[in-house]
Amino acid sequence: MKALAVMLLLVLVLLASGGGRALVASPSGAMAAETVSAAEAAVGHPGAPKLTPPDYPRYGGLNSRVVVWVAAQLHLFFAAFVLGVPIFVLAIEFIGWRNRDPRYDRMAHEFIKISMGAFSLTATSGGILVFALVALYPGLFAYLTGIFGPVMLLYALLFLAETACLYAYYYGWDAMQGRRKPGHILLGLGLNLVGTALMVLSNSWATFMMAPSGVDARGVFAGDVWAAVAGPLWTPLNVHRFLANIAYGGAIVGAYAAYRFIAARTPGEKAHYDWMGHTANGVAIVALLPLPFAGYWMTKEIYDYSQQMGITLMGGVFAWLFIIQAVLIGTIFLAANFYLWCGMARLDGTSRTAYLVKYIAGVLVICFLVWFTPHTLVMTARETAALGGAYHPVLGPLGLMSAKNTAVNVMILATFLTYQLFRRSMVRSTQSWMARATRLQVAFYIAAVANIVWLGVYGYFVPANVRIGLSVPQVATTLLVIVVCVVVDEAIASRSERVHMIHWGRMPTRAQYALFTLAVAFTWLMGLMGYIRSSIRQHWHVYTVMRDGSADAFTPTIGHATSIVSASTLVFLLLILFVFWLSGLGRGQAVASGPVAAPATP
Amino acid sequence: MKVPRAIRPILVVALAYAIVEAGIPAIGALLKPGTWPVVPAHLARIYLFFIANVVLLYTAADEVLWGRVRGELRYFFGADEVRVVRTLVIAAISLAGGYVAYDAVRPRLETPPELRAIHPAPPASFSIGGKAYDLSTLNNPLRADKSKFADHVKAGAELYFKNCFFCHGDKLDGKGHYADAFHPRPANFRDVGTIAQLRESYLFWRIATGGPGLPREGWPWMSSMPIWHRFLSETEIWQVILFLYDFTGQAPRVRDS
Ligand code: HEC
Repeated sequence: MKALAVMLLLVLVLLASGGGRALVASPSGAMAAETVSAAEAAVGHPGAPKLTPPDYPRYGGLNSRVVVWVAAQLHLFFAAFVLGVPIFVLAIEFIGWRNRDPRYDRMAHEFIKISMGAFSLTATSGGILVFALVALYPGLFAYLTGIFGPVMLLYALLFLAETACLYAYYYGWDAMQGRRKPGHILLGLGLNLVGTALMVLSNSWATFMMAPSGVDARGVFAGDVWAAVAGPLWTPLNVHRFLANIAYGGAIVGAYAAYRFIAARTPGEKAHYDWMGHTANGVAIVALLPLPFAGYWMTKEIYDYSQQMGITLMGGVFAWLFIIQAVLIGTIFLAANFYLWCGMARLDGTSRTAYLVKYIAGVLVICFLVWFTPHTLVMTARETAALGGAYHPVLGPLGLMSAKNTAVNVMILATFLTYQLFRRSMVRSTQSWMARATRLQVAFYIAAVANIVWLGVYGYFVPANVRIGLSVPQVATTLLVIVVCVVVDEAIASRSERVHMIHWGRMPTRAQYALFTLAVAFTWLMGLMGYIRSSIRQHWHVYTVMRDGSADAFTPTIGHATSIVSASTLVFLLLILFVFWLSGLGRGQAVASGPVAAPATP
Repeated sequence: MKVPRAIRPILVVALAYAIVEAGIPAIGALLKPGTWPVVPAHLARIYLFFIANVVLLYTAADEVLWGRVRGELRYFFGADEVRVVRTLVIAAISLAGGYVAYDAVRPRLETPPELRAIHPAPPASFSIGGKAYDLSTLNNPLRADKSKFADHVKAGAELYFKNCFFCHGDKLDGKGHYADAFHPRPANFRDVGTIAQLRESYLFWRIATGGPGLPREGWPWMSSMPIWHRFLSETEIWQVILFLYDFTGQAPRVRDS
């Protein structure tokens, strides 16, 4: 099955890079009448073909755009998941190996098992995507292969390497224990390197379509593949996707753990899957925290690349989708926090810090509301009249970037604080310096929030380009707090007695639904943002270089777009449920001796 | 009297409702006297939805608290001695639900909300009288010579008060004499949300081509902004742009190198 899909991919790519010229024949024939530019003659690369509707084969009543859209979306969901999981699996395996704790090893193995199940679907959906592109958008595909042929070939080869690594890594797990463990970890490292290389390569053509580089204004390729790959948006997208994939992988395996937790019958199983869910949630959150900043960076690069594209993104019709985005991100933060709050139930007695939760909840609410408040308010005529204009004196300022940055930083700190409280609840300070250190931490938090808010307010009094720069010290403040607190906590935890055991498994079922929510919200969000990213090209296949000449060269309505995104999300979730079910089938080695009451090792 | 646990979340949400519906407009009225800046219904709904959710989640996160709330609810919906109150509460909820449904579907004369983008995407390039301008590279040429800066700003000020102030106001705050007659209203240049976050090339395009030059996608724009390239020269447009930024103390957005 997998091998088949890979073969198909390889054959298609070879066919396209070799036969690209032949496929592109009809449109370039039409262009022959035009004068051939000097560059064109010199390098022997034709410019971007000018396509017309007849250049797009149609099959029955199929809407080509929707077909490619859904295929690409499904492939991306699976690919993101399959590439994200091995990253933290390796980390968990490594921790287990260093601490000689077989429970980590078992958990890592189980995580990778889920991603194994999804791997064949990744390959299949990738094959379908390439097939759909070749069949429905031959002109575009040929143009892209004309430039990226070598990259695509490398991609196909790396895909084979990825398959080999993943199989060896997964099936060699039990065989490569003990002395052979370092070898296995190296294998995992190789798997991740190949996986990341795959992602980075496929990003290159996606960003080329948004911000073409290495070609001239008419799309004539100068022959330097690296110039085409390393476009202005390539690095930001690489960073963004790398982080997002980890978060996404965490969210999906979290849903798996929740599913198993609910289905579990013995306390041992419950404990195991509770711990797994907790870990997955932690992975998702840790990777989520830097994501908003990666997003801002990418937005800034888009704006810098093209003012038109930047404004289309933030100011035009897509601005309404960003409201949905804000709601989904709010949902993610909330679900993750709710799960952490519920986690306090695992501790003996009531935690001394539990009373803080309601203030954290309050801070989260305020931050969300600021975060949601859109730049352009949707108002009825009567509301506009009551306001005396389109500008709202209270909410208007909240719509700007300074307010959003401030809100998101404080939101991240609040989420981190919840996590920290849970960890700190398990230890009692035994020495006086610990109390002092804790007071210092509190002071640090207060100073950090004051600094972030002050920078946010200050942002209103400086020019836009300086204001954007202010987000850097804000983020730095947040990260500094997190790092310092982790270090201090580590120092305290290692030198004090544990007063609480963690009772893994003592978790209400309703908390598991938070994990499901996380997975659904992440999937939806990815689909939505992916749509926006690729739609800001508007009527271009390759922005400013190759026009979309098909009948679909228009921006769909918000309703249509969100329906397609939602349908893809639903299909993916059903498929992943199927994968979960499959992973559960061969589960012979039941987790009998799970950690019912384990020392604190979150 | 101790407020029952199950009531407290409801009270918190009610308080939030009061703040959103009355508190924010009241603060707004202080900031902008003579208006009552309501939170737009679309936004208020999202606000309250999330507040209610957080309150609910907070209540459900703690095992003890949740147990107590459930106990109270069980008592309320089961015990005989509160039968009358229960019936009244259920009736009130049903009636309120009915009213909300009625209110949502009843015919009204109000125009539906407008999905209007304040700053539509500019074209990549445009041309006036045969001269093409590439917006991605266009810069204000008058900024190069620092020695003439003051003269240009002065010239821009004169142009502004001869042409623009009727609409955009003598304080550049969008409150010119004609402002109330237009929908959309003339832009308020002092607001951080307008020229402060745009590049000068964007302003050049907007001023030169005016309302009719706005992209086809968002039609109808109904913008009364005139097509200024018919009345002003290219240099004059750049001068008035210098004046807009200089007078308001804003700086245009620039491309990072
Ligand atoms: C007839 C009234 C009128 C006059 C006169 C007028 N404008 Fe405008 N202008 C408007 C309106 C109305 C808008 C807002 C249009 C919209 O939101 O689409 C606007 C928008 C603008 C904008 C865009 C601001 C933004 O944030 O996008 C600029 C810049 C501008 N005007 C500059 C000028 C200049 C400079 C002059 C004089 C040379 C001038 N206007 C004269 C009515 C006018």
